[in-house]
Amino acid sequence: MSTNTSHINPLENEAIYIMREVAAQFEKPVLLFSGGKDSITLVRLAQKAFWPAKIPFPLMHIDTGHNFPETIEFRDRLAKELGVELIVRNVQDSIDAGKVKEESGRYASRNSLQTTTLLDAIEEFKFDACIGGARRDEEKARAKERIFSVRDDFGQWDEKSQRPELFDMLNGDIELGQNVRVFPISNWTELDVWSYIQKEEIEIPSIYFAHKRKTFVRDGMIWSAEDDIVFRDAEEIVEERLVRFRTVGDMSCTAAVLSDAVSIDKVVSEIRDSSISERGARIDDKRSEAAMEKRKQQGYF
Amino acid sequence: MPRANSQQLIKMEVLKIATAGSVDDGKSTLIGRILYDTKSLTSDKLEAIEKTSKQKGYDYLDFSLATDGLVAEREQGITIDVAHIYFSTAKKSYIIADTPGHVEYTRNMVTGASTSQAAIILIDARKGVIEQTNRHFFINNLLRVKEVIVAINKMDLVDYSEETYNAIKSDFSELMSKRDYENQNITFIPVSALKGDNVVNKTDVMPWYNGETILEHLERLDLAAVSNVGTPRFPVQYVIRPKTEDFHDFRGFAGKVYGGELNVGDTVVALPSQTKSKIKEIYAYDKKYQTASRRSSVTITLEDEINVSRGDMIVKEGDLPTIDKQFTATIAWMDSDQLKAGTKYVIQHGVNKVLAKVDKIHHKINPDYSGIEENVDGLGMNDIAKVTFKLNKPIFFDAFKNHRTNGSFIVIDTKNNNTVGAGFIQ
Repeated sequence: MSTNTSHINPLENEAIYIMREVAAQFEKPVLLFSGGKDSITLVRLAQKAFWPAKIPFPLMHIDTGHNFPETIEFRDRLAKELGVELIVRNVQDSIDAGKVKEESGRYASRNSLQTTTLLDAIEEFKFDACIGGARRDEEKARAKERIFSVRDDFGQWDEKSQRPELFDMLNGDIELGQNVRVFPISNWTELDVWSYIQKEEIEIPSIYFAHKRKTFVRDGMIWSAEDDIVFRDAEEIVEERLVRFRTVGDMSCTAAVLSDAVSIDKVVSEIRDSSISERGARIDDKRSEAAMEKRKQQGYF
Repeated sequence: MPRANSQQLIKMEVLKIATAGSVDDGKSTLIGRILYDTKSLTSDKLEAIEKTSKQKGYDYLDFSLATDGLVAEREQGITIDVAHIYFSTAKKSYIIADTPGHVEYTRNMVTGASTSQAAIILIDARKGVIEQTNRHFFINNLLRVKEVIVAINKMDLVDYSEETYNAIKSDFSELMSKRDYENQNITFIPVSALKGDNVVNKTDVMPWYNGETILEHLERLDLAAVSNVGTPRFPVQYVIRPKTEDFHDFRGFAGKVYGGELNVGDTVVALPSQTKSKIKEIYAYDKKYQTASRRSSVTITLEDEINVSRGDMIVKEGDLPTIDKQFTATIAWMDSDQLKAGTKYVIQHGVNKVLAKVDKIHHKINPDYSGIEENVDGLGMNDIAKVTFKLNKPIFFDAFKNHRTNGSFIVIDTKNNNTVGAGFIQ
C-alpha cells in the first residue's frame, strides 16, 4: 500500500472532480470521443473517477467519414475493452439528408459540417452534458471558455453572457433545451497531455508516431496524400516523407509534421523542444484570426 | 538523447496568479513579456504578433496581442473577460487568470482571484496609486489571496526614478494599514514590461533596486506556504456502487479533500446525520492509500454501513464545522438583476445546493476602503455587501477566514439558473 496521494498530479485531481460533477449533476451526459489523444485522456480520467464502477455515460463519435482509418479501428477496440456504449453519428448522413452542403475547392473540409451532426445527435438522445477534450491553451478564444459552458437551444456559445466560475464550484443548472459542454482538461497544456499519456502508459493511435506517408506541401504545411479526400492540384507533387500527426482531426484539415519520433518518450521530448503550437498545424484556424471564435458561436465544439 | 523523465515533466506545482490593472497600465503587455522572456510564445504565435504589430504601424512588438482573445476585445482594444494563460518553467507550472481592470468589472476580478494563490497588481508609475489600485487591493484582501506582487510599471517613462518608486510604495503602504488580512505577503517590484526590466530578467537601469524580478519571486514561492490550509473537510460528490460480482458490497464515497488530510483509521462523523464511523479504505483509482492529501480526488469507504449521499460531508470527530440554517456573509453581486431582501435564491456551497432567502442586507461595502453605505434596499452589479441568508435546511460551513473552501459559496438565480453572486461567510 502506498502511503499518501500527494504525488498525484493536481491537474488529474481537478479533472476527476469535474467528471464526478458531471455524473452527479446531469441526467444524460455523454463523452465526445474523436479517437484523438485528448479524448483518449478523458476516457482514462473517467475510468479513474468512477472505479471500480464502469464509466456511467456513453461515448459518442461524430464521424466525418474523413477520419484516419487507424483512429476508427482504435475507437472501436477501446469502447469494446471498456464495455461502454459507443454511439456513432455520421456527417455523411447530414449531407445526404440535405442538412449541410459539402464544401468544394482547394480547402474543402468536413470539419465545420460536424456541428450540424453533433447538434442533431444531442437532440436525438436528449444529452444535457457533452464532455469534450478542448483545452484553453489551444487557441485564444478557448482561453475564455468555462469548464461548464452553457449552450442554448441552438447549441450556440454566447461569449458575452458566460456564467462566472468561482472557486471550484460548478453550476450545472440549466433550462430545458439547454445543454452544457464540459471541459475537464481545460487547464492542461499539450505537453501536460503528452506527459500524462507517457506516465500512464496509455495506448494511442499509430498515426501519432513517426511513419512513412505519401504527402504533399501546400502553404508551408504537409498534407496527407494517402487518400483522395484532400483535393490536390496537378503541380502539387506527392512525395513519401517520415511524418507524424500532433493532432488527429479530419484528414482534410490536419497537417503532419516531419518527425522521427517513433515512441512516446521521443514524442514527449519532441513536444517539449518544439516551437510551433499545436493549432499551427490545424489548417482551419489559419483561415482568419477569429476563425475559432466564429465557429464556436455557431455551436462547434 | 536523454530519456524523457515523466517524473520531471508532470508538474506537481501549479501556481495560479490573478492579474489586475487599469485599462492602460500595460497588463497585457506584462503578460506578453513574461511569455516572451520565458520562451513560452511559440513561433507561430510570435509570427502572428509581429504581423499584426506591423499592420498597426507600431515600431515595437505589441505583446498584448498574445492575450486579448475575443473579437470584441480586439475591436475595442480592451480585455473584457477572464482569460487563462499558461506557461511553465523547469520548476513550476503557472496559470495566469487575466482579468480586466475597469470599475464595472469587479465581478471578473473576484472570479479570477477566487482560484488564485497569488496576484499581481499593476500601477502605472506616472499615475501612482489611484482609485483602481484601492479596488484591486481590496478584492485580493477580501478573497484572501496570500501573495501580492505590486508591480510598479512603466518605470522607463519616469526615468527609472527611485523617488517615484518610493513615493508610490509609501502611498500603497497606507492602503495596507486598512486591510483586515494581516498574513498577506506584499512585494514591491519596479518594472518596465515594454522594455523587459525586472519582469523575467534583471536589469542594470535601476541599480538602486536589489530585489527580485517578478518571475524570480514567483519561482521562489512555496506552494504549500501560499495555500490557505484549514481543517479537513470531505464533501461527498458522488456515491460509487459498482454492483458487480467482484465489488458486490462496495460503497465508495467520491470527493475531494479540502483543508487538511484524512487517514485510514480516522474516526469521522457524517453530516448532517452526525453518524460516527471510521475510514476503512482510501482509494485513488484502483490503488489503496494510507493518507488522502489536501486537494486530492479520492474514494473513501467506511467501516459501517451508514447513509451518506451527495451534498453530505465527512469530517473528523471533534472537528465539526458550524451546522446552521442561517449565516451572514460578505457577497459580491454579479448580475444586472438586483439582489433584494426577501428574494429566494439557490445557494451552492461546495457541491451542496440549498434554497435560501435574503433575510437582511446590512450595508454595502465600498470596495475602495472608503467605508460603508447603510439603508440599502438592493444590490446592483459589482456591489459588495454584508448580507444574512436563511436556508431551508442546514449547511456545514466554516468562516471564510479559517477555510477558503468551506467558507465560500455561489448564489444561483432560480429564474434562469445563472450564477449571480459569490459569498464569503463570516
